[in-house]
Amino acid sequence: MYKKIFFMAIVFGMALYAGCGRGSDNSGGFASNPGSAFSGSLQVKGSDTMVNLGQAWAEAFMKKHPEAGIAVTGGGSGTGISSLISNTCDICMSSRNIKEKEISLANQKGVSPQEIKVAMDGLAVIVHPKNPVTNLTIDQLAGIFTGRITNWKDVGGNNAAIVVLSREVNSGTHVYFKEHVLRKGDPNSKEEFEPGALLLSSSQAIADEIAGNQNAIGYYGMGYISEKQKPVHVSKDEKSEYVAPAIENVINGKYPISRPLLLYVNGQPGGLVKEFIDFALSKEGQDIVLKTDFVPVLPNEEKK
Amino acid sequence: MRKIKEFIIEKLILLCGVASIIFVVLILLFLLNEGLSLFKDIGPYEFVSGKKWYPISEPPQLGILPLICGSLLVTLGAAIISIPIGVACAVYIAEVAPSWIKDILKAGIELLAAIPSVVLGFIGMVTLSPLIKSVFNLPTGLTALSGSIMLAFMAMPTIVSIAEDALYAVPKSYKEGAFALGATHWQTIWRVILPAASPGILAAVMLGIGRVIGETMAVMMITGNAAKIPDGFLQPVRTLTATIAAEMGEAVVGSEHYFALFAIGLILFIISFIINLTADLFLHRKERR
Repeated sequence: MYKKIFFMAIVFGMALYAGCGRGSDNSGGFASNPGSAFSGSLQVKGSDTMVNLGQAWAEAFMKKHPEAGIAVTGGGSGTGISSLISNTCDICMSSRNIKEKEISLANQKGVSPQEIKVAMDGLAVIVHPKNPVTNLTIDQLAGIFTGRITNWKDVGGNNAAIVVLSREVNSGTHVYFKEHVLRKGDPNSKEEFEPGALLLSSSQAIADEIAGNQNAIGYYGMGYISEKQKPVHVSKDEKSEYVAPAIENVINGKYPISRPLLLYVNGQPGGLVKEFIDFALSKEGQDIVLKTDFVPVLPNEEKK
Repeated sequence: MRKIKEFIIEKLILLCGVASIIFVVLILLFLLNEGLSLFKDIGPYEFVSGKKWYPISEPPQLGILPLICGSLLVTLGAAIISIPIGVACAVYIAEVAPSWIKDILKAGIELLAAIPSVVLGFIGMVTLSPLIKSVFNLPTGLTALSGSIMLAFMAMPTIVSIAEDALYAVPKSYKEGAFALGATHWQTIWRVILPAASPGILAAVMLGIGRVIGETMAVMMITGNAAKIPDGFLQPVRTLTATIAAEMGEAVVGSEHYFALFAIGLILFIISFIINLTADLFLHRKERR
């Protein structure tokens, strides 16, 4: 009996909490913007890849402007874009470009998403350190991840079946990898991850599985590389140079699988939103980008 | 004064009682509304029998046959492992064990029920899946078998406690009668007590399976989540529940993918409804006797 009462109290409490949370989400941000440009609160939401970066920016920003309150949450790029559309966040972090469908949905609701590129991320393709394969072309990667190549010996490795690891579909990384490696940027391509690919729910899960499995191959943002995994050198085709995923190779554009990290806002940014984005793009903000293992945007791209 | 107090309390309790029914109906309506919207775009048969699950492609391919197979395979595996152990454990507790062992066992089983599923999943991920990988010499240890073993742990407490209740409920006169006829303890258990308690044991099994099929977190962590129709226990599978949990964040509200996830929810609801109904039928058959 007591157990049941206790349980009910928990359920009620949770429902209440969820209800209140939703309420304050809606009223935060745009509506409350009196006083100076730095007071008020911001909801920043989206890509799991960018959560640490966003959090680092928010902390540094709030240290400079203690009157500002910035809340950073993850959930995936898609989640962030959905909340931008439903007006429950002020800034959306995304590791992929917004889709046509999402733009039209946003316009229907009176939201016009504006894109700001704030950093770059190199996607590392990784294998177990004992795997003899060190170089792969984009073609070979596409073959492996779509299931046309199933044995390591076909790409110069041991005679063993390849275990393909991928992120779940709510990950911007998954979408980017599919569009730019499997489909090579061709919007009409129908390539898909092979159905037997293991979908893991986090970059860390991929790192762990690679560390313990000599025949696995996976991908994630450069920041996750450690001694327990070996990043593969990647080239555009057989004639090109094989390049390691490293910050300088992403900056000079040699590394073929790198992607922009984006912020989306509703309309032209103003007030606190603008201040925060200006901070992210400033020298200080870009130093934080470097510190969190991402790649700063080039100065000439910043002006775009 | 006392009457007023009693009146208020009575109505409050009534409200709480009715509330749960209202909630269930509202949830069902919402599920139906969102889930059935999918079938404007694709046929129900196509949805259930499609072999490809690529929800974020253009156009999305929404076939959940691999997911259904995955859920059923993991559940079947968990049932094969947990039913014999669970029922045997219940028999031991109810009929054989001396009282001090009984206390320890019951406490242990309650403790097993108290472990959060995410913890079991995590333990499975770091201990069980490497073990399975090396024992069967597989390319990966994230397989249906790992999921089944972990889920068997989760079904066990339900099966043991309900089956044990059913065994206790067998009238003492049955047992005494069997002993009086010269039956051994084992013969009494096997020929008299188990058959008499069978409806309750079946109900226990059904409820245990219901728990397994609805379980999400642990299976998401250790079954590998590959949406491919498996041809054995040693392959990665993707279950219905894990699909909803993994993809709900990404689905754009109002898109086909979003409706498809609700349709999966509807199918899960139907499956667990059937299982609970079967369990209920068995339990009531017992009462009528």
